[in-house]
Amino acid sequence: MNLVTNNKWIGQRTIRPDGMDKVTGRAQFAADTTMPGMIWGKVLRSPHPHARIRSIDTSKAEKLPGVKAVVTSKDIVDFPIEKGAVMLGIQDMRWMCRNVMARDKALFPGHPIAAVAATTEAIAEEACKLIEVDYEVLPWSIEIDDALKLDAPILHEFNKFDGKPSNIVGRLEHKKGDIAEGFKKADIVIERTFTTRPVHQGYIEPHACLISVAPDGKTTIWSSSQGQFMVRAMTAYLTGIPQSDIRAIPAEIGGGFGGKTIVYLEPLATLLAKKSGRPVKMVMTREEVMRATGPTSGSKSTVKIGATKDGKIVAAHGTFYLQAGAFPGSPIRGAAGCSFTPYDIPNLLSEGYDVCSNRSKVAAYRAPGAPIGAYAVECVLDEVAEALKMDPLDFRLKNAAKEGTKAAHGPVFPRIGYVETVEAAKASPHYAAPLGDGNGKLRGRGVASGFWFNAGGESSAQVNITEDGNVVVTTGHPDIGGSRAGIANICAELLGIDYRRVSVIIGDTQTVGFSNLTGGSRVLFASSMVVTQSTEKIIQTLRERAAKIWEIDPEAVKWENGAAHPASPNAGQFEPLTLEELAEKAPAMGGPIGAGVQLNTQGADGGFGTHVCDVEVDVDLGIARVIRYTAVQDVGRAIHPGYVEGQLQGGVAQGIGWALNEEYIYTKEGKVDNPGFLDYRMPVCSDLPMIDCIMVEIPNPKHPQGVKGVGEVPLVPVMAAVANAIYNALGKRFYALPMSPPKVLEKLEAPMQEAAE
Amino acid sequence: MTELRYLAPDTLDEAVGAFAKAGSAARILAGGTDLLVQMRSGVLKPGVIVDIKKIPELTAIEQTADGGFRIGAAVSGMALAEHRNFGKVWPGVLEAVNLIGSKQVQGRASAGGNLCNGSPAGDSVPAMVAAGAIVTVQGPDGRREMKVEDVPAGPGRTNLKPGEILVSFTLPQRPPGSSDAYLRMIPRTEMDIAVVGCGVSLTVKDGIVTSARVGLGAVAPTVLLVEDAAKALIGSKLDDAALAKAASACSAACRPIDDKRGTIAYRIKVAGVLLKRTAAIAAQRATGK
Ligand SMILES: Cc1cc2nc3c(=O)[nH]c(=O)nc-3n(C[C@H](O)[C@H](O)[C@H](O)COP(=O)(O)OP(=O)(O)OC[C@H]3O[C@@H](n4cnc5c(N)ncnc54)[C@H](O)[C@@H]3O)c2cc1C
Repeated sequence: MNLVTNNKWIGQRTIRPDGMDKVTGRAQFAADTTMPGMIWGKVLRSPHPHARIRSIDTSKAEKLPGVKAVVTSKDIVDFPIEKGAVMLGIQDMRWMCRNVMARDKALFPGHPIAAVAATTEAIAEEACKLIEVDYEVLPWSIEIDDALKLDAPILHEFNKFDGKPSNIVGRLEHKKGDIAEGFKKADIVIERTFTTRPVHQGYIEPHACLISVAPDGKTTIWSSSQGQFMVRAMTAYLTGIPQSDIRAIPAEIGGGFGGKTIVYLEPLATLLAKKSGRPVKMVMTREEVMRATGPTSGSKSTVKIGATKDGKIVAAHGTFYLQAGAFPGSPIRGAAGCSFTPYDIPNLLSEGYDVCSNRSKVAAYRAPGAPIGAYAVECVLDEVAEALKMDPLDFRLKNAAKEGTKAAHGPVFPRIGYVETVEAAKASPHYAAPLGDGNGKLRGRGVASGFWFNAGGESSAQVNITEDGNVVVTTGHPDIGGSRAGIANICAELLGIDYRRVSVIIGDTQTVGFSNLTGGSRVLFASSMVVTQSTEKIIQTLRERAAKIWEIDPEAVKWENGAAHPASPNAGQFEPLTLEELAEKAPAMGGPIGAGVQLNTQGADGGFGTHVCDVEVDVDLGIARVIRYTAVQDVGRAIHPGYVEGQLQGGVAQGIGWALNEEYIYTKEGKVDNPGFLDYRMPVCSDLPMIDCIMVEIPNPKHPQGVKGVGEVPLVPVMAAVANAIYNALGKRFYALPMSPPKVLEKLEAPMQEAAE
Repeated sequence: MTELRYLAPDTLDEAVGAFAKAGSAARILAGGTDLLVQMRSGVLKPGVIVDIKKIPELTAIEQTADGGFRIGAAVSGMALAEHRNFGKVWPGVLEAVNLIGSKQVQGRASAGGNLCNGSPAGDSVPAMVAAGAIVTVQGPDGRREMKVEDVPAGPGRTNLKPGEILVSFTLPQRPPGSSDAYLRMIPRTEMDIAVVGCGVSLTVKDGIVTSARVGLGAVAPTVLLVEDAAKALIGSKLDDAALAKAASACSAACRPIDDKRGTIAYRIKVAGVLLKRTAAIAAQRATGK
């Protein structure tokens, strides 16, 4: 399957450039930075899920010795609702300005009300307690069903749905054919409703920043994010400081998974630094991360699928309600747009509803929305295949989308690799292996597929040849998944030199051109395009330089193995000129050698994956454990296979957590009851088997190295694969996540009821 | 802002003196794996910390003349695991202590801290209760002994008097054919808190259980000694009927709450399941079969 055979570095598991720093603890994360004169910022947060803020009195806090500045929403630039959307990527600044600091209403427990900077963290905390807030406590709702009730408290009174004030703040649909006609042709129709709980991205590094504002307004931000340019732009919007005065320096990042594509602390710390004249550092506690930063949506989905006896899907209807949290913007596009996309379905209606409720505003989480939708669709497909007595992979093959299939969300597919992922799953040693004896525990196997759009977008790179003939590549995307290692492989390949001679760094906002967020599985796709073009320009320069020295035509010079050679014997007999030699001669031959390219990259192809999961259930305790897992994915081309596998394995690990234990639990008062890693249970190493990866490589023809995004697809199929495996083990279906021990045991002890449904 | 004083006396008398003098503002520090977490989260703000790890008696493991063991209250899990003999005699107590946290936590965490922290879910406590451990405490009024099950008073509270420090656990000598075991139910495989924990210690002679003790954790405000479960086991061959009776006794003893970690129904059911499994392991160890 590997079409790439003769490369020296592309496809190699080279040593990661950030590895040594990370294992020795030298890597600088946002919380590691300090500055002379630095003071500490803390946030006062709402204790209420929903309350009108009548007044805020900060005078006592300001008088506390050691306090240097206090800010409230008055200090944040307002984006009035009636003036319409001000978008930055997928974020509307009207919501962002209200999310970083509550304006008229506090909309979730943990919503920032004010921020204080003081000489110590303890004084800042003490000062927060001295701030007097007069709240008018309002009724609230958190769960989707509650938020949709007729008498539900409305978060945003201006919002209307069907002409009435509503918490439904958005709707989208994708449509193809006519589902009413389609379902008429079906021999079998299955409709089910599913719920999932909000889950957090679970990055290990809490949000942190250090910000200095000089008296002339020049602002420097050290922070950990998935986009230094996003940090700069949002901070500029929310503080009124022009972007040209803000230098956002990306720190090494300890995980983001989408959750660091928006800001929380940076605008507050900037304003505190500006007011106090001192550098301000802010570091969230884990509790703050859990209460006030975006988890992804909880959901309620209904999926109906109709098929003919011979296994052809004739119609499907999906309705996906996703919690947005306090402000509009849940990932309904991913849920409605991705869930049915692996299949060629003639009649399809896929609807997404964006529902506000009194919990923290959601942030992106790996393939936002897609895993939620796929969970429902892939579980129903499993039931349909069972009813048709078809192997679930054969059923998927029979209905698979291929080149030429029109997806409901718009595109007609080019050459895609979905079929190959299903075939590879079928041919895998895993799918052929017997389940084995569970020694009293019940075992089962499930499969599921998934799709994610992937993305291109803006990227910039600068490639420079150093005076000693080595290479420095600067790109503009925080590296959260191995992009530096991938770029080094590509650049070394093109230049024909050892990859260790290529140093890849992430530039800050004032030293490299605009580069969009690290998100959407776009970074290696987009940045390798600009790095490739930059490197090709450099190779052209190197050929010209050699031609000049040899006094021949540049066209008669070829670049090979890190040196210029005469293209053919006709061009003349010359000793090759190496990169080092040309670098040494550069001052005399036209000056420094370097090139930069900036593009809005196009041509990102979507990604498909198919997973096989084995579980073992302890039926007396209700504990389900994944004992074997194989993730198959069309990865385009694995530039650095180790990192691609890391992406697949990481996505699967997160999905297993989502399936089995992770969930936001709320108290009767509407507060998160498990804001820490003890009771918010992500899987630990020993919970997981080694996750096997099968990388199918169908190169993207629109990309110089064939790259497709790989970072998000691997989370999409997981919850359905686990749920289908648990059904296979127990003969009982679960329609809600997580399938945690008390819930599994409750189901096992319940009298048989499914048969009747 | 309040100041924090840290003391690390070399003798128990000094420690008791300093601890009693500082009154309610003081806290004892053993491994600190509960105390420091509580301080960082703002639950506790002690004015004085008395570190007991410099006191030889509190970090010693001794085999007593009659073949029992005395374990200092501040002995870390790792130190106990490295003792050449302890784990052979009390494998259940050792596995319970070693279940606490991770390798890093094991280097600090003590059975004394686990008991004095007062959590009904502390892993070593049901095993210590099953083992019939006696604790020695010392305070301003001198030394006294208590049964380990009498130490917890409720979540986060103990029956130690003001100024009293837990000094050591004493485990009795074991007749031939004796062993113990501890199992806990957690949703994950490690780094988790027991939803139910069960310790069983028993002696088997000619296939018949001659003595037994059962400790149950996380199902009531304190760790329980379940005498009815022990009674069901004693005199039996650990046949299904006896195990079922003991399991029902465990379920009946539960006075759990519904919380984020488990429901009442779940905990009651699991208590019985764990009793059966733990007793089977203890018996297998005791008889070598
Ligand atoms: C990551 C992590 C994982 C954990 N996992 C588990 C687990 O799996 N199971 C489990 O049961 N616990 C677990 N814990 C909790 C904790 O590690 C245990 O309770 C441990 O046994 C506490 O021992 P310590 O020596 O660290 O106690 P410390 O924190 O030093 O003390 C705990 C409390 O007891 C008091 N105290 C300590 N010694 C004495 C004494 N001799 N006399 C009087 N009072 C005293 C202290 O003042 C304090 O209030 C975990 C903790 C962490 C941080």
